[in-house]
Amino acid sequence: MRLLIVEDEVKTGDYLKQGLSEAGFMVSLVRNGLDGHHLAMTETFDLILLDVMLPDISGWRIVKALRDANNSTPILFLSARDSVEDRVKGLELGADDYLIKPFAFSEVLARVRTLLRRGDASVDMGQLEVADLQLDNRKRKVIRAGRRIALSNQEFNLLELLMRRVGEVLPRSLIASEVWDMNFDSDTNVIDVAIRRLRMKIDDDFPNKLIHTVRGMGYKLEADDVK
Amino acid sequence: MLNKRLQIRPVSITWRVLLFVALTVTICLSLMASLVNNSINHHFLQQDAGELEVMTHAIEHQLQSNFISNDELAVDLEKAVSGHHGVYYQVHTLDGTNIYSNSQYDFSTSAASAQMAEIFEIDNIQLWEVGGKTFRGLVTGVEVSGVAYKVTTAIDMGFHLNFLDEFKYSLWTIMIGSCLLTLLAAWLAIHQGLNPIRGLSQEIEDIQTNKMNVRLDTGKVPKELINLVQSFNQMLDRMEEGFSRLAHFSTDIAHELRTPLTNIITQTQVNLSRPRESDKYQEMLFSNLEELEQLSKMVNDMLGIAKASNGLIKPKKQLLNTTNEIQALFDFFDAFADEADITLQATGSTLEIYCDQLHLRQSLSNLLSNAIRHAPKGSTVTIDCHESVAKTANISVINPGQPIPEVSLPYVFDRFYRVDKSRKKHSKGTGLGLGLAIAKAMVEANGGRLSVTSDQHKTQFTINIPLAVKD
Repeated sequence: MRLLIVEDEVKTGDYLKQGLSEAGFMVSLVRNGLDGHHLAMTETFDLILLDVMLPDISGWRIVKALRDANNSTPILFLSARDSVEDRVKGLELGADDYLIKPFAFSEVLARVRTLLRRGDASVDMGQLEVADLQLDNRKRKVIRAGRRIALSNQEFNLLELLMRRVGEVLPRSLIASEVWDMNFDSDTNVIDVAIRRLRMKIDDDFPNKLIHTVRGMGYKLEADDVK
Repeated sequence: MLNKRLQIRPVSITWRVLLFVALTVTICLSLMASLVNNSINHHFLQQDAGELEVMTHAIEHQLQSNFISNDELAVDLEKAVSGHHGVYYQVHTLDGTNIYSNSQYDFSTSAASAQMAEIFEIDNIQLWEVGGKTFRGLVTGVEVSGVAYKVTTAIDMGFHLNFLDEFKYSLWTIMIGSCLLTLLAAWLAIHQGLNPIRGLSQEIEDIQTNKMNVRLDTGKVPKELINLVQSFNQMLDRMEEGFSRLAHFSTDIAHELRTPLTNIITQTQVNLSRPRESDKYQEMLFSNLEELEQLSKMVNDMLGIAKASNGLIKPKKQLLNTTNEIQALFDFFDAFADEADITLQATGSTLEIYCDQLHLRQSLSNLLSNAIRHAPKGSTVTIDCHESVAKTANISVINPGQPIPEVSLPYVFDRFYRVDKSRKKHSKGTGLGLGLAIAKAMVEANGGRLSVTSDQHKTQFTINIPLAVKD
C-alpha cells in the first residue's frame, strides 16, 4: 500500500511518516504543495494525506486538480481549521475524510485503514472468526470454544467492530462513533466500561485473552499467538 | 464591506435643526412680507381711486353746467379741479377734438385701449406708462345735451412707487436680519443643548478596563439623557461582570495547564537524569501521553466553546425525534450506568425538534454523564421530555442526590467551575469542568437555552429548544 503525505509542518510530517511506515505502509513524504501536486498527478498512490494549509498550493486546489483529472485516489484531509464550512468545502471538493489537528496518531491510522478498506467490499462480513471466537452476523450469534455466549445488542455491535478490524488499534472516539453513532469526544469512560463488560463475557473464562488494551491509544482484538 | 461603503453618515444634528429653522423662518417672514406689501398696494389703489372719483365727478359736474363755448368750458374746467396735486385730466369730444388738457402728457395712446365706462368703477382703473412716468388712469364717457365727451383722468404714481420701493428695501433688510438672528440663536441653543453630551463623553473617556466600577451619575444630566445614561450604566454592569469572569477564567486556565505541564516536565527530567531500562522509558511516554491527551482535549474543548459562543459554529439543523435521541443516548450509557448501579428512565412525550444532532447528543451526553456521576447508587436518572407552554421542547435530565448549593447555581455553566472545590481533576472519570460549559454553548448555538434548578430532592438541567415547525 503506497501512501503520500503532503505536510509542511516538519515534525508532524516526520512522525506521520514514521508511524505509518511502521504500520506497514510505503510512505512518500513531501513538504510543500507544488511537490505534492506533482507527485499526486504523476504517480499512483492508494491514499493521500493532505494538509489544507500549505504555503504554496492549498490542499483544496490539489484535491480539485486530482478530481478534475478523474483521479479518485482516496484523500484524507489534515487541518487545523475545524469550522463546519471548511469541512464541508473539503468534502465537497472530493476529499474522503477530514481530521482536525491536534489528532491522535491512533485516530489517523484507524481512518487510513477505514478509507483503504472502503474499496474492497467483497469481503464477506457475515461470518467473522478470530482464534476460537466466532461471530455470525446474520443470526447474531457469538460462540467461543464451542460455547454460546449471550451478548446484549450493544455488546454484540462492539464485538463485531473489534472482530471486523482485528489486529487494529481502535481509538475510543472511533468506537463511540462506529458503534453508537456518537461523533464527539465523550467526556466519560463510557467506552472503557463497555469494553470491560464485553471482556467479562468473552475473555474472563478463557486462558488466552483476545481483547487488549493499548495504553494511550485504544483497544484491539487479536489472537495472542499472532505475536 | 459593500454595505459599509454604501452607508452614509446621517446629517449632523446642528445642520438638521438649522435647516428646519431657516425654512420655517423664511416661509413665515415671506408670508408676512407679501401680506404687508399687498395691503399697502391695495391702500394706495383705494386712495388713488378716491381722488380719481372726486376728479371725475367734478369734471362731469362742470360739463353738465351750462356753458356757452368750448373755450369758456376750458376755463371752467381748469377751475373745476383744484387742490389736488399731481393730477392730470383731459376732455375730448368723441371725434378727438381736445377741449381741455392740463398736462403735457399725452395719454391718448395708452388710453386708446381703455374701455370707456359710463360710470366710475374701481375695476376700470388702469396703469399707464407715459413719458417715463407711471400713472393710474381712467376714461369715462359723459353725454351732455346730445354731445358725448370723453374724460381722461390720471394720477402720477411716482410718489407712491418711491415709497413702496423704500418700504420693500427696509422689509427685506428686516427679514434677512431676523432670519440670520434666529439661525444664530438656534445654533447657540443647539451648542448649549449638546453640552451635557460632551460632558458625558468626557466622563466615558476616563473609563478604563481596570476601573470598570465607575458609573455615570444620572443626577447630573438633563432628564432627556437619563435613559441614555441608565442604558450605558447597565452596559457597564454587564461588561464588568464579563470582565471579571474572563479574569477568573484566565487564572483557571493557567492553573489547569500548569498542572499537567508540571507533571510532564518533572517526569521527563527525572527519567532522563540517568540511564534506565527501555520499559521505564516506555512507562514515562505512556504517562506523558495521558497528560498530553488531557491537554489536547482541553484545548479542543476550549476552542469549541469559544467558537460556539461567538457564533462561529453553524449548526447543521435537522428534524430530530426526541425519543430516538434519548434512546440512542441510553444505549450509549447503558453499561456505564449499570456499572454505577443507576437506572436510566425516559418519561414524557415524543417531540420533533429542529437541531444539530451532534450538538444535541453532545450536550445531552455531558448532562447525562454528569447526572450519573452525581446520583447516589441504586437511584434512577430520568430524562423527561415535554412541550412547554411557549411551544418549545423542554428536555430535562434529572438526578436525585446532593443539591447544588444555591450560591453555586449561577456559576455551574462557567468554564472550569467545580461545585466541590476540593475535588480536583485526574480522579479518573471526572471531566475538566468544561462539560456543562460545552453543553450550554452547543444548546445556545442551536437557538436553545440551558438552565438548572436544584433542591433537596433532585437536580434538574433543562434544555429548552424550539419545536420543529410543522408546515
